[in-house]
Amino acid sequence: MMALLSLAVLVPILAGTLLALTSSWERRRIAAGVALAAVLASLVLLAVALGRNGGGRSVIWWGSWPPHGRVVGIDFAVDGLGGGLALFVTVLAVPALLMAAYAIRASAQLFFGACLIFVAAMVGYCLTGDLFNLFVFFELMSVSAYVLVGYEVRKRAPLEGALTFAVTNSVGSILFLFGIGLLYGKVGALNMAQLGVGLHAVGPSGLVYVAFALVATGLLVKAAVIPFHFWTADAYGVAPTPVLILLGGVFSELGLYGFARVYWTVFDPALGAHHDAIRAIFVLLGLATGLLGAGMALAQHHLRRMLAFVVISQIGLFLVGIGLLSADGLAGTAIFLVGDGLAKAALFVCVGVVQLRCDAIEERTLHGRGRRLLWPLGIAYLLAALTVADLPPWGTFAGKALVEDAALKAGGYGWVPAVMTLISALAAGALLRAGLRVFAGVGDPAPYDERFVHEDGTQGGGEDESDVSVVLPGALAAALVLASLAWGLIPGLEHAAARAATRFIDTAGYAAAVLGGGARRATAPAVPPVHGPDATAWLYALATLAGAAAVAALGVAGRTLPRAAARTVDAVRALHSGRPGDYVAWAAGGAATLAGLFALTLS
Amino acid sequence: MSVLPYLVAAWLLVIGLWGVITSRHLVHMVLCLGVVQSSTYVLLLAVGYRTGGQAPIVSSSVPPSSPFVDPIVQALTLTDVVVEATVVAVLLALTVQAHKRFGTADPNALGALRG
Amino acid sequence: MSAGARTRAAARARLGPRTLLAALALAGLAALVVWAVSELTPFGTPSGPANGVVKTLVFKRHAANAVNGVTYDLRGLDTLGEELILFVAALGSSVLLRHGRESDEVERKRAGNEPGPRTADALRAYGTALVGPLVVLGVYVVTHGHLTPGGGFQGGVILAAGLLLAYAAGQVVALERVEPTTLVEVTDATGAMAYALVAVGGLVFASAALYNFLPLGTTGQLLSSGTILVLSCAVGVEVTGAVALILTELLDQTLLVGRE
Repeated sequence: MMALLSLAVLVPILAGTLLALTSSWERRRIAAGVALAAVLASLVLLAVALGRNGGGRSVIWWGSWPPHGRVVGIDFAVDGLGGGLALFVTVLAVPALLMAAYAIRASAQLFFGACLIFVAAMVGYCLTGDLFNLFVFFELMSVSAYVLVGYEVRKRAPLEGALTFAVTNSVGSILFLFGIGLLYGKVGALNMAQLGVGLHAVGPSGLVYVAFALVATGLLVKAAVIPFHFWTADAYGVAPTPVLILLGGVFSELGLYGFARVYWTVFDPALGAHHDAIRAIFVLLGLATGLLGAGMALAQHHLRRMLAFVVISQIGLFLVGIGLLSADGLAGTAIFLVGDGLAKAALFVCVGVVQLRCDAIEERTLHGRGRRLLWPLGIAYLLAALTVADLPPWGTFAGKALVEDAALKAGGYGWVPAVMTLISALAAGALLRAGLRVFAGVGDPAPYDERFVHEDGTQGGGEDESDVSVVLPGALAAALVLASLAWGLIPGLEHAAARAATRFIDTAGYAAAVLGGGARRATAPAVPPVHGPDATAWLYALATLAGAAAVAALGVAGRTLPRAAARTVDAVRALHSGRPGDYVAWAAGGAATLAGLFALTLS
Repeated sequence: MSVLPYLVAAWLLVIGLWGVITSRHLVHMVLCLGVVQSSTYVLLLAVGYRTGGQAPIVSSSVPPSSPFVDPIVQALTLTDVVVEATVVAVLLALTVQAHKRFGTADPNALGALRG
Repeated sequence: MSAGARTRAAARARLGPRTLLAALALAGLAALVVWAVSELTPFGTPSGPANGVVKTLVFKRHAANAVNGVTYDLRGLDTLGEELILFVAALGSSVLLRHGRESDEVERKRAGNEPGPRTADALRAYGTALVGPLVVLGVYVVTHGHLTPGGGFQGGVILAAGLLLAYAAGQVVALERVEPTTLVEVTDATGAMAYALVAVGGLVFASAALYNFLPLGTTGQLLSSGTILVLSCAVGVEVTGAVALILTELLDQTLLVGRE
């Protein structure tokens, strides 16, 4: 187990440094091959490790420093959800690298090297059981992302996007580290299980509230939750497509994973008596994020920014599942996340290829120009957009159904599925509207708003790429959409996810596994009964689909919002000012508000 | 005063963030980010200090049984310093490019991504 | 009002609400953080396992400097991540600034090649004199990390400074290219790879990644503490390369701008 898990992180690192070492001999194809081999090796190692793990937990100690009373070393504590997410990272890295081999020409070898380090960091992040180690991998992920996003900075927008990305995420990391400092000062431990035990003795207090708020801020900045989300559209709207597959598919989702992991292992022992308040705060935050993301997506005419806001809206839905603080909510989010990540990757591939071929990215300029790309890219785009609209039996359907069930089971949250339906309908409607305009030329071209003009055209050197082959991206997009379908069709998925989620929220079991040298609990916690999507789920799905179709039809017909609503939307758009100072102000305000909320509601 | 170093950390955090928010030059913003980071160094080192403790280096005159300050926070601070230096490097490289391409280093002039 | 005063007033007005809200948010944050730190144990009484850690490192790993023992052995995985951050950032800065540099060089060639200002004699004399001691100091700090304050990171920065002084003292500053970037990149990558290889070595020789599998020697001797010394050197090499790369890329930009 030690070999499998440590090599899963070390192999991409070795390959990445090797590629950087030999970068002066620019051999793009060989470099791509090496990178793919490393990622596939990591994938296989993680799959084998998960298989051996079964439904349990594995704990390995780096440098062979097991705990003697106190924890001294760093561990990897792997369970179904964490290991599964790490595996998903390597799965998404494969299409990302293939697109990189297709699209990146300059300094390609260094790009692959940086990508490999990025993947290694994400895998380590999912597996670790030490809070400071989580922070270090978090930072490594972030810095690799800054470098990869700014990789082809020849135009203004990518440069600005990379700058706001770097500044805002750095502030988030610093607040995260301050929170870690507070926790270490109080408890004297960095291991998550040990911190949980220590904080249990401390109980709810000012330090716990503020530390929780600071740590949550750092992780939620990454996860693009309101009000920390402003950088996301700027950065994801200008990132190269291969990077975007990983950024939009797992990077933000990893912020949520970190939040869930840190909450359940570190803070739940201290704050466990206040589940109701915490549930209310995070479910509302998730719904607000979803609504803002979906609304802003509708208002966008720049395809990449639209996709970025769709990512934000989905993150909101994931946060609702996590915020319900129950095993089935968490299981639903896990299933939803994977299905959605695959579909989003297909969307990014389609949009990236359209931009490359037609040298434009605004809905208006692209009107009807995607007709030649209708098969297979247009079809893949359509299916992926419908997946966002909760199309059965795709992967997102099963996941969302589980989250809706969890919301209905939790007292007082029966209205949540309706709002989730609205969010998905709006986001998918925006995607469908754009798709209809671009791939089928339906309706009038999009309106031109001179107050919010975004850069059109590719980030590239302006060479004529209109005859570039679309075989590879077409195949990739199709494969990703089919993979999302296959994910939804796996029998027994809900039960496996529910078992894994139950283990995830079993804090006492986690602590026993890490601190007690692997001692087994006397009684395993009960797994909540889950079932496949039932009639209610089908009803919500059909409502979402109908809603999305209606929104798309209205959009294509050129209908605009009434005056008052339009003014609100414009005001919200103006808040996304593109200035890092504003974003940092929102982040600081968000951190203070969170801490204040915790202090008021959790005492 | 036994809580003064922690107050210094809190002050650095807040004043650094103020600097970042109201900055009118990208290099100034990056340096203010450095100030915010330094608040975490002060906090980490302060929580590890032991009154009467020695530096955690054993030698013939300092036996292993003497009281020591916490070496773990010093290692954490070292990691933190390296991380911050690298982020500053990347940000400065982006600033140089920004200055070259749009002739301005004013963060308030970054408006291409509005809306 | 003149145009300048009008724009200034407009700028102030634009900043007004944002600064007020930011001030409120930061005041709130300050109050909350002060509340939190007031609950920490009083300054001077740590809650961490300080003495235990020092004793463990001395007796089990024969490392006299506990900080480096923690950095390279106890929490070696953190250090691997940290040096990789430096590695990726150096790579990224170099790629980022190289894009700009290529187009500038083309322009400069078109404008004609005038030589830059000559390096001052005093700089050349003192620089040449200091490079030797700096390099020796750097190597000493890197290799004695497990015995005295210092280690790979600290010594690596000193060595990078020595490298830069060598180029500043020489006429290289006046020439087009500051230094062979390839060599520095290779150094950077070699150091990073070496660390990962030692981690794998722990797996191979002792079935635990990053295990201290080399002979431990006697505390206080130069050749002691097993892999701590080796990792310190690997990090020293990596940091030298990365810092030199970043600084020379930025220096190059300044030289190019200065010539315009």
